[in-house]
Formats: sequence, structure tokens, C-alpha cells
Amino acid sequence: MLEIKGLEVCHGWVQALRGLSLQVSEGETLAVLGSNGAGKSTLLGALAGLYKIKKGDILLDGRSLSGKSPHYMVKEGISLVPERREIFNSLTVMDNLLLGAYHRYRSKKNEVIIDVENILNLFPALRGRENHPAGTLSGGLQQMLAIGRGLMARPKLLLLDEPSVGLAPLVVREIMSTLAELKKTGVTIILVEQNTAAALKVADRALVMERGSIVLSGCSREMMGDTRVQQAYLGRTRVVRPAAAL
Amino acid sequence: MDLSSQLLQLLFSGLTLGSIYSLIALALVTTFNITGVLNLAQGEFVALGALLAASLYTAGLPLAAAFLVSVALIAALGALVERAAIYPARESSALTLIIITVGLSISLRGLALLLWGTDPVSLPAFSSGGPLLVGGASVNLQTLWILGMAAVTMAVLNIFFELTYTGKAVRACVINRTAALLVGINPGAMSLMAFAGSGAIGAAAGIFITPVTLATYDMGFMLGVKGFVAAAIGGMHNIRGAVLGGFILGILEVYSAGLVSSGLKDAVALVVLLAMLMLRPEGLLAASGRKV
Repeated sequence: MLEIKGLEVCHGWVQALRGLSLQVSEGETLAVLGSNGAGKSTLLGALAGLYKIKKGDILLDGRSLSGKSPHYMVKEGISLVPERREIFNSLTVMDNLLLGAYHRYRSKKNEVIIDVENILNLFPALRGRENHPAGTLSGGLQQMLAIGRGLMARPKLLLLDEPSVGLAPLVVREIMSTLAELKKTGVTIILVEQNTAAALKVADRALVMERGSIVLSGCSREMMGDTRVQQAYLGRTRVVRPAAAL
Repeated sequence: MDLSSQLLQLLFSGLTLGSIYSLIALALVTTFNITGVLNLAQGEFVALGALLAASLYTAGLPLAAAFLVSVALIAALGALVERAAIYPARESSALTLIIITVGLSISLRGLALLLWGTDPVSLPAFSSGGPLLVGGASVNLQTLWILGMAAVTMAVLNIFFELTYTGKAVRACVINRTAALLVGINPGAMSLMAFAGSGAIGAAAGIFITPVTLATYDMGFMLGVKGFVAAAIGGMHNIRGAVLGGFILGILEVYSAGLVSSGLKDAVALVVLLAMLMLRPEGLLAASGRKV
């Protein structure tokens, strides 16, 4: 359903994506791994329309979305849950969710109300806090709210940027199991994660990025067994750093 | 007049002046957070609104009609300015956009000079009758109109921001612009609305103060500066802070002018601005509205 062809994105003078090509099929969950600065967030940002595309194309169900603005991308069914959550702190939980459905709130209000109910079922911890300012929630609840807000757009493609960052292991597990739940609804997911083990558990397929390109990809089980992935991201064997080797 | 009634008298003047600054600051902050543009032409909307209403009134329109027509036309002017000058440059840097608004400000002032000349124009007070005596202070009736208008405007805006979906979408832009983009809010439409709204609020403020201060083609510049100082006091990301900053500035100005020297009035604003930028650049109410 999603096809990326030779995508190049620059942040000023720095080239963040170097001719990246990628295909994601309907209903698939893809994990994107890699160290800081590898271009993972840039990839998601470009898909959400946040960055100008220098070269290449993004095709969703065969239609080109390259160079479109974020609100257009949301309407087309791509929803990004950004890094650091970026919820609307001083608005209530309910308002955050309702704003998530911005492009269809006026035309399909009833549908939106039902969707809010579904989100609260998906994240029961948010129930009873609908009228709390979102900024007063704990980090875990804020992350759930951010995902919920992203889902309120009824995306075909959900992009998650480091949903586990800064959260307690128990909360991470809860969020990951919700993602597994989400997968069953048929939504296509691209998950950027530092928590490689957790990401590989949910994902069908994974790829590793380095300096703006894909250096490794395969199904999750293969990746979990790959020694390079184990060494660099899963910490199974001690990584010998140059400093330690001296 | 004893000291306490003099202080009370000055407080009324301060609140009146402050309410005008608040409205200008509120328009500035809202526009700034939605569009990233610090609109230095905001004061010009105040001046043009006042001048236009005075001309309409002289041409024979009743005062209320002159008010409404002028507010509507300046709102349209705000929208026009946004589409013609800001929207085509929306991808440019913040500095470029600020310089565009400086250019706009100079052009609009020049236009006002051409159309209205240098002589001040006036409007009659909105209601006749002598000043009211409150606790030893005499309160001009127009002062009450100004305070009332500011209160009504703020109440309406408060309802808009707190209770309507569109108002919440505007607040979402103010709180976190990136997130607002990501939920699909169209920044172009919001920007247009912000400039039209700024035009309407500015024009209304200008018309209400004209019976007291008269209107001249160049009245907007200083009001724009004061609005900016008020916004800096409250924190550029906070609508309530902007309103509070406006009242603080108005009261400070009037007390320093009334109790120390009238020459201090404008100096106070700039000293406060410097002090704020050095000591608390994030503004007084930053903690609640700050982006994390």
C-alpha cells in the first residue's frame, strides 16, 4: 500500500535521507531500527508531510503524495504520533482526542463520538480522566493519549515515533500489547523504536537504518537472530568499543 | 484631591489604557503562535479602524453603524494583507516575515497619511453626560465604554477559545504548532482567521479610544509597540499572559506618569521590556503555557 522510491530529504546542509526505497504492504507492521541520527524520525516526518522532499516519491495506494502538506497527508490516511508525544498540554484529554479527528469532526460528528469511545476502550486507563488537562497526565498516559489522538484520524497508515521512550518497562509492555491489539484491526503501522527487543516482538518485519539509508532488513524473527542486530541493538554480546580495545 | 482618590483616579486610567494594550497584545500573541509571524503592523489596524470610523461618521452614518462597518472592513483588510503579503512568504524565515510586517506597517501608515492627512480626527463620546464620581475619583463615561468593550471582547473570545471546536483548534495551534499540523489543522486557514480577527479587534480598540485620545494616522506605531511589550511581559505563548501583561503595563505607565513625571510614560514601557527580556525572557505566565 505504501511505496517509497529513492527518497532524499535534507535538513539545511545535512542530508538526512539518501535515496531510501521501501515498500510496506497492507496490514503489515514494520519496525525501523537504528541509532540516533540515522534518519528514522526524518523518514516518518517526511511521510507525514513535515519535511520538504528533495528527490524521490511517496506513493500511497498508487497515488503520489510527495510535496503535500501535513493536513493533506492526514486526510489521505497517514497519521504520525510524534516523538515526545507533543500532546496539547493545556487542553483536556477529550479535546485532544476530538482534535485528532479534525478533518472529519464537522461532517461526521456522530462517528467521531463513537471513535472516542473506542479509543477509551483501547486505553481504559484514560477513562475517567477525559476532563483532565492532558499535561497533568503521567508520561505513559500521555503516550497513550498521543496514540489515541493519532488513531482518531482513522489512519490507514499509523506512524509511531519512539512510543516507549522515557517510560517504565511495565508501561512499555502495556503500550506494546495495545499495538499488537491494533494490528488485528488491520491498520498498517511503521514503528520507530530504540527499544529493539520490544519492537521486534510486535513487528512483522524490521529494517535497520544508518546514515540515511537502509542497511539491513528482514522479517522480525530473522532480525532477532541476526548477530549484527544482536550486537548493536539487543546487547546480547558485549560490544567492543574502540576506546575499550586500546 | 487627596492621595487615595488620586491613586484611584489613576487606577481607572491605568485599567482603561491597559485594556487597550491587552486587546492588542492578545491579537499579537494569537497571530504569532498560529503563524510564527510577529505582526508589527498590528497597531496600524488600530489606527485605520479609528480613522475609517471617524470618516464614516462624518459622512453621516450613525455611530454604531460606523463602528460595525469599520470593524468589518479592517477585518477584511487583515485578511487581504495576510493573503497578499504573508501567505506567499509563509515558508520564509521568521526574520523575513517580521520585516514584511514592518514594511506593511510603513505602507499602511503611508496610506493613512495620504487619505487622512496629519490632522487628528475625532468621534463623539458614545454617551452624553458628565463624569461619574466614584470614591473621590471622577470617571469619564467613555472610560466605562472602553472597559466594557474590552470586557465583552475578552468574554466573547474566552467563550470562543474554551467552548467552541474551532476555538480549541486555534488554541491547539498556539500550544503546539507541530502537533496542530499533525492532527490535520490547515495552518493557512488558521492564519487567515488570525489576521482577520486581529484586524477586527484592533479596529474596535481604536474606535473606542478615539473619543478620548483622538485618532491620527501615526497613532498605531506606539500602540503596536506597547502591545508587544505587554505580550513580552505575559510570555509570547500565552493568551492570558498577554491580557495580564497589558493591564500591568497600562497601570505602570499611568502611575509613573501621574506620580513621577508625565515624560516617563513611554519610557516605562521600554524599560519594562528590557527588564523582562533580561530577567524573565519567557514571560510571567510562562510555566503554564510553555512548550515542553
